[in-house]
Amino acid sequence: MEPVKELKKTTESPKSIRVTGAEAIMHCLIAEGVDVLYGYPGGAIMPVYDELYKFQDDLHHVLTRHEQGAIHSAQGYARVAGKVGVAMATSGPGATNLVTGLADAQIDSTPVVCITGQVPRHLLGSDAFQETDIIGISTPVTKWNYQITRAEEIPDILAKAFFIARSGRPGPVLIDITKNAQFDELDFVYTPCKGVRSYNPAPKTSEDSLRKAAEMINSAKKPYIIYGQGVILGNAEEELTTFVEKTGIPAAWTILGLSAMDSDHPLNVGMVGMHGNYGPNVLTNECDLLLAIGMRFDDRVTGNLETYAKQAKIIHFEIDPAEINKNVEVDLALLGDAKDTLSRLIPLVAKNSHPEWKAEFDKKYEEEYAAVIERDLLPQKEGLTMGEVIAQINKASEHKAVIVTDVGQHQMVACRYAKFKESKSNITSGGLGTMGFALPAAIGAKMGAMEREVVAVIGDGGYQMTIQELGTIFQTKTPVKIVVLNNDFLGMVRQWQELFFDKRYASTIMTNPDFVKIAEGYHIKARRVTERSDLAEAVAEMIASDEAYFLEVKVEKEDNVFPMIPSGASVSDIRLK
Amino acid sequence: MENQWFTISVYSENQVGLLNRISGIFLKRHINIESLNVSKSEIENISKFTIVVHTTERWTRHIVSQIEKQVEVIKAFYHRDDETIYQESALFKIASNLLFDERQIQNIIKDSHAQIVTVSREFFVLAKTGRRHEIDEMHQKLEPFGIMQFVRSGRIAVTKTEMRISAMLEEFQHA
Ligand SMILES: Cc1ncc(C[n+]2csc(CCOP(=O)(O)OP(=O)(O)O)c2C)c(N)n1
Repeated sequence: MEPVKELKKTTESPKSIRVTGAEAIMHCLIAEGVDVLYGYPGGAIMPVYDELYKFQDDLHHVLTRHEQGAIHSAQGYARVAGKVGVAMATSGPGATNLVTGLADAQIDSTPVVCITGQVPRHLLGSDAFQETDIIGISTPVTKWNYQITRAEEIPDILAKAFFIARSGRPGPVLIDITKNAQFDELDFVYTPCKGVRSYNPAPKTSEDSLRKAAEMINSAKKPYIIYGQGVILGNAEEELTTFVEKTGIPAAWTILGLSAMDSDHPLNVGMVGMHGNYGPNVLTNECDLLLAIGMRFDDRVTGNLETYAKQAKIIHFEIDPAEINKNVEVDLALLGDAKDTLSRLIPLVAKNSHPEWKAEFDKKYEEEYAAVIERDLLPQKEGLTMGEVIAQINKASEHKAVIVTDVGQHQMVACRYAKFKESKSNITSGGLGTMGFALPAAIGAKMGAMEREVVAVIGDGGYQMTIQELGTIFQTKTPVKIVVLNNDFLGMVRQWQELFFDKRYASTIMTNPDFVKIAEGYHIKARRVTERSDLAEAVAEMIASDEAYFLEVKVEKEDNVFPMIPSGASVSDIRLK
Repeated sequence: MENQWFTISVYSENQVGLLNRISGIFLKRHINIESLNVSKSEIENISKFTIVVHTTERWTRHIVSQIEKQVEVIKAFYHRDDETIYQESALFKIASNLLFDERQIQNIIKDSHAQIVTVSREFFVLAKTGRRHEIDEMHQKLEPFGIMQFVRSGRIAVTKTEMRISAMLEEFQHA
């Protein structure tokens, strides 16, 4: 391999070097601290791949088996590492295959930069081979996008792309680069982007608002916190715990807020939302002050808005001004980054405790335990439950694993029962609910935190949406653990059919292949569990494995996830069965 | 909440694709754009979109904050009709013989303060600037004589209150 010319030096000294557009992209990625990227080659991006070949000591490119796999891997990486994930694809079908991941990253505020190849500038608009208007297609699902048609644009536009992806409320950025711009030369100098004049990523809460908030908090009798991913994205986990401990306010998580606080913290009272915990949902309509921290009042959290927290004063801690009063009208908005807002608010609030109010959560928990949790975690029946599998994963991993879930019943069960000590440990497709997310996201998650255990928990349906990524795991020898909770159904849809469509199981029965053989076909260690007596030992074996490991658990076919807020109902009307 | 007319004013960078991004915000919410005008603004290199919608104030507020969230948008405002000075322009192309044969037409032109932009052997063109209803009235009056072509612009508007765009640009840059 030929030596790479003046690598890295270029990023340190402002002296320019003459390089091709494709090589400039390498220098930009390195300057932005990218160490791994995910993608798939093709005609319109070949000059870039040629450079990736030369730069392979500095940039680890992971060849996924589908571009959707590439972007979900980049998302998993971004969410665990807290850095910008990078995905690459060719024009036309390569680019369109990224769209689901872009939409997912947009709604879940995940920082990713996607680079797509495009036909040469002189062919734009001619319906050339593999030409597609990816800028037009990706506009509604990106925070920003841009088409580069001249090599000289590359350094500044890529710098801007990374800045926009990671700053403020993070999100996906797509940069489309015509092939001529990859081949042509430019004088390369890299200047990281420090700001864009039309864009104010991080508003700052005024002292006055903070004082008002503190007054409201100090005088509340039944204050309640719901925290979301904003806490994790803002690195405000410590501040949240300090705030909770000082004020003595019970706190519940949204699905994306999960792991921002230690699961075993006595004031961490459970999950809100459609399949959240009983107390946290019902008591939303009994608190006198609701502190919504880094969450966006998604409809799966609020249920019917007409009956949501009407009795309470609401304070919204939020970085994105467009979220204020979007779904729920609030009494006070604390605009800004959660870390900044919380750390300035902590000195203003009084040390307090609310034992009677907290006891209401405990009482509701006991009711839920008796009606639901005990049966899920310590079942007396023959069939295996999803809950007991999650409990075994908790035990074997000592609450230290990153758990990546797909979409469906297993996801809700995992988010209810998985236990975490560390932040950035719960990776799931929350806003978009993208089946097929987990397997590729787990690959990225593992690469984002090689020292951590990463366990993907997936349904038999979603697994088959991106099952080809077993090839990526095999080729890269990435030691992810994969648990398929197989109920031979599209379980969550089947549950709705059972409850709301008189058990008409339209197209939810799955005739599944031999998943163990498939994994073994990729030379991945694999095992199937059908009996409770084998479960603990099999999960322990999986966690102990140094290599990738596939575990299929045959679970009860027609179990339902409870509690449940039927869609359109109030959080107070959550059903325990 | 009742539907009302709102004028949305957007100050932005002049960037390919931004119109698409902004119109997508309306599309996603199934809201029709009643009129749209893009021009330069009072600030060098800053464009101004003037968008008219007929919807509730709540939706208008949502849309404005979603527009403002776009990276290249500096600031977006919305105003009710009584808070702005606004106009539209229209062009009428009419057969020339009518100008001489029909006395009535000359009166219409005089009364409506329309301008004759050009006259040729075959046709003449009238330009009329004003409120929507004034243009509509003139259209109604001329219609019986036969209008060869008609076009009306989007609304353009300035607000009675100040818009602090330059100060905002300064602030963002030093944030
Ligand atoms: C790409 C995609 N298509 C369809 C759906 C609708 N959907 C939501 S959950 C679900 C069933 C998932 O079944 P499975 O993966 O077996 O998981 P389980 O619910 O059984 O745990 C479906 C089809 C979706 N969320 N994503």
